[in-house]
Amino acid sequence: MLLTELGALLCTVVVLSDLMHRQFSAFDLQIAVWLWFTVLFANFAEALAEGRGKAQAESLKKARTTTMARRQHQGQEQRVPATLLRKDDHVVCEAGDIIPADGEVIDGIATVDESAITGESAPVIRESGGDRSAVTGGTKVISDRIVIRVTSEQGSMFLDRMIAMVEGAKRQRTPNEIALSILLTGLTAVFLLAVVTLPAFGRYSEQQAGQPGAANLSLPVLTALLVCLIPTTIGGLLSAIGISGIDRLIRRNVLATSGRAVEAAGDINVLLLDKTGTITLGNRQATAFLPVPGGSAERLADAAQLASLADETPEGRSIVVLAKDQFKLRGREVSQTHARFVPFTAQTRMSGVDFPARDGAGERRIRKGSAEAMRAFVEHQGGVYPKETAQAVEDVARQGGTPLVVVENCSVLGVIQLKDVVKGGIRERFGQLRKMGIRTVMITGDNPLTAAAIAAEAGVDDFMAQATPEDKLRRIRQEQAKGHLVAMTGDGTNDAPALAQADVGVAMNTGTQAAREAGNMVDLDSNPTKLIEVVEIGKQLLMTRGALTTFSIANDVAKYFAILPAMFLGLYAVTGATRGPLAALNIMWLASPQSAVLSAVIFNALIIIALIPLALRGVSYRPVGAAAVLRRNLVIYGVGGLIAPFVGIKVIDLGINLLGLT
Amino acid sequence: MKRNDWLQLAAYFGVLLALAPLIGSYLAAVFGGAIPRWLAPLKAVEGRIYRAVGTSPDREMRWTEYAIALLWFNLVGVLVLMGLQLTQQWLPLNPAGLPNVAWPLALNTAVSFVTNTNWQAYSGEATMSYLTQVLGLAVQNFVSAGTGMAVLLALARGLARRSASTVGNFWADLVRSILYVLVPLSLVFSLVLVEQGVVQNLAPYQEVTTLEGAKQVVPLGPAASQIAIKQIGTNGGGFFGVNSAHPFENPTPLTNFLQMLAILMLPAAQVFMFGRMIGSRRHAWSLFSAMLVLLLAGLGLALWSETQGNPALANLAPLEGKETRFGVVNSVLWAVTTTAASNGSVNAMHDSLSPLSGLVALFNLMLGEVVFGGVGAGLYGMLAFVVLTVFMAGLMVGRSPEYLGKRLEQREMVLAMIAVLAPCVIILGFTAIALLTEAGRSGVTNAGPHGLSQVLYAFASMAGNNGSAFAGLNANTIFYNLLGAVAMFVGRFGIILPMLAAAGSLAAKKSCPPSSGTFPTHGPLFVLLLVSVVFIVGALTFLPALTLGPVVEHLMLGSRVF
Repeated sequence: MLLTELGALLCTVVVLSDLMHRQFSAFDLQIAVWLWFTVLFANFAEALAEGRGKAQAESLKKARTTTMARRQHQGQEQRVPATLLRKDDHVVCEAGDIIPADGEVIDGIATVDESAITGESAPVIRESGGDRSAVTGGTKVISDRIVIRVTSEQGSMFLDRMIAMVEGAKRQRTPNEIALSILLTGLTAVFLLAVVTLPAFGRYSEQQAGQPGAANLSLPVLTALLVCLIPTTIGGLLSAIGISGIDRLIRRNVLATSGRAVEAAGDINVLLLDKTGTITLGNRQATAFLPVPGGSAERLADAAQLASLADETPEGRSIVVLAKDQFKLRGREVSQTHARFVPFTAQTRMSGVDFPARDGAGERRIRKGSAEAMRAFVEHQGGVYPKETAQAVEDVARQGGTPLVVVENCSVLGVIQLKDVVKGGIRERFGQLRKMGIRTVMITGDNPLTAAAIAAEAGVDDFMAQATPEDKLRRIRQEQAKGHLVAMTGDGTNDAPALAQADVGVAMNTGTQAAREAGNMVDLDSNPTKLIEVVEIGKQLLMTRGALTTFSIANDVAKYFAILPAMFLGLYAVTGATRGPLAALNIMWLASPQSAVLSAVIFNALIIIALIPLALRGVSYRPVGAAAVLRRNLVIYGVGGLIAPFVGIKVIDLGINLLGLT
Repeated sequence: MKRNDWLQLAAYFGVLLALAPLIGSYLAAVFGGAIPRWLAPLKAVEGRIYRAVGTSPDREMRWTEYAIALLWFNLVGVLVLMGLQLTQQWLPLNPAGLPNVAWPLALNTAVSFVTNTNWQAYSGEATMSYLTQVLGLAVQNFVSAGTGMAVLLALARGLARRSASTVGNFWADLVRSILYVLVPLSLVFSLVLVEQGVVQNLAPYQEVTTLEGAKQVVPLGPAASQIAIKQIGTNGGGFFGVNSAHPFENPTPLTNFLQMLAILMLPAAQVFMFGRMIGSRRHAWSLFSAMLVLLLAGLGLALWSETQGNPALANLAPLEGKETRFGVVNSVLWAVTTTAASNGSVNAMHDSLSPLSGLVALFNLMLGEVVFGGVGAGLYGMLAFVVLTVFMAGLMVGRSPEYLGKRLEQREMVLAMIAVLAPCVIILGFTAIALLTEAGRSGVTNAGPHGLSQVLYAFASMAGNNGSAFAGLNANTIFYNLLGAVAMFVGRFGIILPMLAAAGSLAAKKSCPPSSGTFPTHGPLFVLLLVSVVFIVGALTFLPALTLGPVVEHLMLGSRVF
């Protein structure tokens, strides 16, 4: 671009100095004007991409208004401006307060409105301990009271980073961008050389032909040739592509700490995904009632439903729903029956309901729980735990389900099958990833049997059962040692080391502060599946650069065919003729040398404008194999880039001559 | 073209295709240390050389050590060669009593032979004593080819190794390439040549009386040994001034065929050697195919152009300057292969080629001698283009570029760009300087665009380390000798050093296994892409210059004569 500006400047100087000598060339003036337009258009592209981010940054800045914080200091509370807060200060926030800084809830629970950063209007819960303890400066407490330990200094807060990222102020060029600029610089050097040496060749040829002045080697024409040849198109759009890539991420509510991370996402070989919430719906659901031989499924369902009526867990509710769906058993109001509910405890590992003996019916004690607990319960009362039940329990487990045994008094009624429900469409998604060359690894705390069954159902390539955070870290290191790039998502503090180790670590916004600091991206929607979109954006970023570079270089062929014959039209012409042998290279039949040069320059400027939408949107990406993607892009941007300027320059040439601009 | 012509072409490429993979696997074996039994006696020699130099093949070198050893070795080569030329008058084996060589020519020649260029601004029989030829030029014919091979070996190891800091031992690579490859092949080949009538003696030039009764001096000398290595080692420097157009260098159709075959043999075989070293024969076949496509495209255009006839000659195919003993097709085939393979030996005068086949020869040089190219040099030059190709392909499939599992980053891009651009800068820059100065223009012997082609060709030939000439140019001037020495030096080491640096940085990298998201470096798509990149870089760089040289000359056929 610098070279284009210099060229434009040079042409302007030529025009001005001509004016001083009372000469005027409308042709030179037009070249100068169009060169300035080229510079303008390139800057316009960048400004447009940045403009989108700026609007978003403005709204973020509003959230960063100076707030007063209630700092706890030696047991006393004092009001200080948020800017004076330091790391590890403790701050109290009550309903209506703006949280003054990033931090961790160390006491209390509260609902927080995080719409300022996530755009999501529904408030979220933040509480001390656990994985939902992180709060972000600039968000608002809606109810209750929390005490926050400040975890980041002013200026390096989440919101600050976000604004910097959006504004592009801290945008560093990524390794790939640098490698590409090296290529572009090299090409520019070649073309500079080709153009700079051209006058020597031209003058020598004039002399040999005995036709001094037959070649048009004026400074504006040479500059025009140079600017047309150097990759101005991609040069002008390069930063716009980078900015718009980040912008696309932000619009999907993902915040990357660097462009490098986005690019790395495009190169991922291995994806570690948590099972729960990513591959399966959050909770297990009852999918079948399996009665003991001779027993009725309806009785089992009835008992199970009764035992679950008071069970507010998603699993309990799913049992009630399943009984209703399969046997039209309605949830009954059981409070009149003086039923006494037995809640689940970690010690008993069972829950249920007791009906006292009345109306001639004996006492009913219904329990549901894990197989071992129920066997003990039955055998303790002198009942028999049937072999078939043990078999059914094993079968369910092998199929990736969780068995719950239902018992009434001392007899076993049967088994409820609880299953992880794999998200719809996830299998296809993994299929796409495989085509993109990405292996998916499911991580779960389940036992290997269950894990294997779910892995097979979801179509992941590999799984890690009974995985601890250390296992995760070890796995990431192993994959990296094999040369793979690894991405993972996580939210807990114990995920932090793995998030930091992974090449792309996407932390959930609902997660702990430690997780958010460790990862290099934060998903504001806390949707683990989003990683797949991040990968696509990363790939798109590289592809857009590649496609436009190819297009830009392919364009040069046509420009040579426009400008070279124009420069050397009369060279070596036989006596009396105006056209020399090189007129044969004017294969586009451009009207005159001037209009040919002008058309090429105008095309070169306009193509930047024409390609801005593509640069901002990115080239379309389909998850098919590399060879297919390449073939497609080569045809569109390579062959297209070869042909388009021939058509474009010809059309502009016709227009110029229609308007009589030369 | 007659049926006989087609048959000869088919025979040529058939034998080449059959032999290249075989020799390639032999090369891979030898450089891996597996010496065949029939060469076992040479192992003792090899060991003695290592002891003399004070090294061992197991002593691995970092790329910097490797490069320094290589540079020292070549510098000493230049000095020794210059010394021989500057003092040959006083040294033995100079039956013709040739005087000492002037220093600009001596420097140019020394650089020329050390860089595997073999540009000859002199006529061998009238300038160089037997001692200079045998002890100086012939020795460099061997070691310059060995040097090129060594660089390729280092680069191949860089690609094959993982997280390594070293790229091999320069001395071992050099010694093995000479001892087990170049010497045995040359020995066999020179015996065949002698049998066919190439001279090999140390006798003084003979004066004979021709049939017309005139007195003529017939130069002799140790030619066969020199010619075998000149072809096998892609050197190309003739023993006699007119190179293989001389009946003592190339006496029969068989020697013509074998010499043409030798031009491409090692450059083609090394592709397969490379494939074995990196463990991908499919990639080797793809590289070979890309080279073959570029070669055949050029050959096709050249043959078409030569058989079209020249309007200025009543539309007859021009025979002036062609190798009339073996026919136009053999002349053109030689011209195309010798310019493609960085060889530079000739059996016809390139000055007399039709404008378009001259263009093909010129363009082959300008592509950077990567269409098979020189021994070692062709492939390591091509790999710089492969780096660019893979980079572009990687971007287009949305993945950071990888080549054979090695991630290509900033450093590799810089090095590849330097390797690709260095010769371009020399060719265009020096040609422009020559055309702008009286010193440069005075060497031109043809008017019109052909003169421009002569100068362009000279610098393309030197920068590409080819050594053939558009024979018209009078290049034995201080201007051309010195500028040429610089051109050859940059054209050689401006590629060797970046490629060795790349070998070092690639060796240090981890290797990631390919996935379906990785762009495959084999198959027709890769070949097409590589061919396009090589062609487009060459075309975009040189189109303006070519337009004012061979292109305009072609367009003027039949309209204007100079």
